[in-house]
Amino acid sequence: MITADLHPASIENVPQPDFSKPLPPREGDRIIQFREALKEAMSHEMRQDERVFLIGEEVAEYNGAYKVSQGMLDEFGPKRIIDSPISENGFAGMCTGAAMYGLRPIVEFMSWSFSLVAADPILNNVPKMLYMSGGQWGCPIVFRGNDGAGGQLGSTHSWCVEGLFANVPGMKMAIPSNPYDAKGLLATAIADPDPVFFLESERMLGDKAHVPEEQYYIPFGQARVCREGDAVTLVSFGRPVNFCIEAAEKLAAEGIECDVLDMRTIRPLDIDSIIASVKKTNRVVVVDQSWPFAGISSEVITQICERCFDWLDHQPVRVNTEDVPTPYAKGLEYAYLPNPERIAEAVKNVVNA
Amino acid sequence: MPQSATASTGNSKPRLSDELSNDRLLEWLRSMQLIREFETRTMQAYQQAKIGGFCHIYSGQEACAVGTIGSVNHDDPVVLAYRDHGHALARGMDPKACMAEMFGKLEGCAKGKGGSMHMFDKPNWLFGGHGIVGAQTPLGAGLAFAARYEWEVMNKGGKKVALCYLGDGAIDQGAFFEALNLAALYSIPVIYIIENNGYSMGTAIHRHSANSENLLARGEAFGIKSVKIDGLDILNVYDQFKPLVDECRDLQRPAFVDFKTYRYQGHSMSDPQKYRTKEEVDQFKEKDSIANLLGHLMNERDAINEDSWKAMRKEIQEEVREAVQFAENATDPDIEELYTDVYANPQPNLSPTAEYKHGAKNPLL
Repeated sequence: MITADLHPASIENVPQPDFSKPLPPREGDRIIQFREALKEAMSHEMRQDERVFLIGEEVAEYNGAYKVSQGMLDEFGPKRIIDSPISENGFAGMCTGAAMYGLRPIVEFMSWSFSLVAADPILNNVPKMLYMSGGQWGCPIVFRGNDGAGGQLGSTHSWCVEGLFANVPGMKMAIPSNPYDAKGLLATAIADPDPVFFLESERMLGDKAHVPEEQYYIPFGQARVCREGDAVTLVSFGRPVNFCIEAAEKLAAEGIECDVLDMRTIRPLDIDSIIASVKKTNRVVVVDQSWPFAGISSEVITQICERCFDWLDHQPVRVNTEDVPTPYAKGLEYAYLPNPERIAEAVKNVVNA
Repeated sequence: MPQSATASTGNSKPRLSDELSNDRLLEWLRSMQLIREFETRTMQAYQQAKIGGFCHIYSGQEACAVGTIGSVNHDDPVVLAYRDHGHALARGMDPKACMAEMFGKLEGCAKGKGGSMHMFDKPNWLFGGHGIVGAQTPLGAGLAFAARYEWEVMNKGGKKVALCYLGDGAIDQGAFFEALNLAALYSIPVIYIIENNGYSMGTAIHRHSANSENLLARGEAFGIKSVKIDGLDILNVYDQFKPLVDECRDLQRPAFVDFKTYRYQGHSMSDPQKYRTKEEVDQFKEKDSIANLLGHLMNERDAINEDSWKAMRKEIQEEVREAVQFAENATDPDIEELYTDVYANPQPNLSPTAEYKHGAKNPLL
């Protein structure tokens, strides 16, 4: 008869980071770029664990299409920093098999837009493997790359995949908005035994901030309060968090103080922090750089309605990209994306209603 | 059983398979007959609605699974498509776990979460049955990549070779072309075995694949050693396949096999088989691989006689009957099992509605 022992692939058998350790300070003078923070997280894990390798288009000899993996080939050699052909279905599927075997692949998609041709391995295999094998094999794998509109790249290269992909159970999703979180979240993603979809933004790779030299692990499912206020709760993740902060600073000058929450991970979603904030402000605006229909903002608002409907003094409001394909023209692209002006306007409408 | 049907009659040239002991060949005979019998009872159980979903029967193709798996080591990884019961049994899966899986029971190899198309067996290095046509082909490259990485980068274990099975219907998928390219490019020791039974579901090969008379050209296009094997005679399978395995293992590079075989049943249990004639099926049944090996063992090796063959079949019948009985009596998964095995590291707030957790240990582990 089968005993109810713990899952063999559970974290009981995999050493996990010590999340009780306090995180190093966010403030300091070690100013580096977002892309360097990503590289530091990967390189540290690769030094610790031989099973970890990096594969993707131009990651090795070209030193990264966006220079995220600059210098890694020199340190780790071509057996662990692997240039792939432009063949996402192939190499994402190959890494699925490698992860089942016991390696810990980091798969770089130059753009998440290109991951769509790898939908079968990343959506139909990886997140379901543990389940359909009855707990025999999981896929400890990190898929990472640029998400969202870049600079005028047009419709096919500007995907925000979070709304589409976060729908699938079995995966975790992290979306950092700044260099400090990028390093700490990616370190956690690589160490986690489950598949993690890690969404970066080409537009942020050059952003600079203090990033501690040591490796640190930011627990998944813990939002960061970027700014405190009592007028409205601003919920966002990824690049638009920065637009929310910018909008909140301008609004503060007008006497409107916003609570700005950076979710940092979508699955798990720190709904508890959102609820706590909404109970304080009684108003909420969700800012999401993917499309509105059946997206992350819809999910967040649904959960708010389910869990603190009576605390709301105004219906929840969302600011998404416009519900059209991504345009090329500069002005159109700006208007298409959530931007500080659109966010501020939404906040004012909610506060002044 | 026709005693005279032996492919090697009159073949005086020494063959690699001559070195196989009688015991080993009797084991193979038993393994093939076990698959045949297992599939017969699977069809019955399906017709009695004890098994649901899609169910693909392996009868006719036994020499492929048994002969190829018989040519590799136990810790060489194996991955395949959805017609997977035969390979699972050939790989050593307990028929009870295999049948219980199809009955949707907790004692099944995937705790009743996978079904007929998803036979996984970690202790036997079987990385699944996979349902999407061609999906397993990049996975096969990945298993071989990882095995090579383990040996080369981590200095652990020895040289391995991975087997990746696909049907002729899968050769048209883009994923397979990408997998072939990667396997050749990275020099990955994976052997792609195309179980060419002539049909992609109900579409004959000349109607689904261009230049289908020359499949080897596809492997060769990537510089991959490509071999055609007559898969109805298991001795011939060994003669041709074993040296290929040795070479791929030694040189750590891929291979491509056009493995000619035939399935006796329809594509799946719901296939009325309007696309082929009974005569065609009968023609292949006359060259049956089990009868073939039996004839060899009886007439040329004197390793089995009518009585011992009868006893073997009876024993197998009993084993499969027990597997069905076991599956019948096994446990329906508790509703709580819905939420287990979704995450290896379940955390709060991963879902608005589900609370994930660890569940019953897999019976194979």
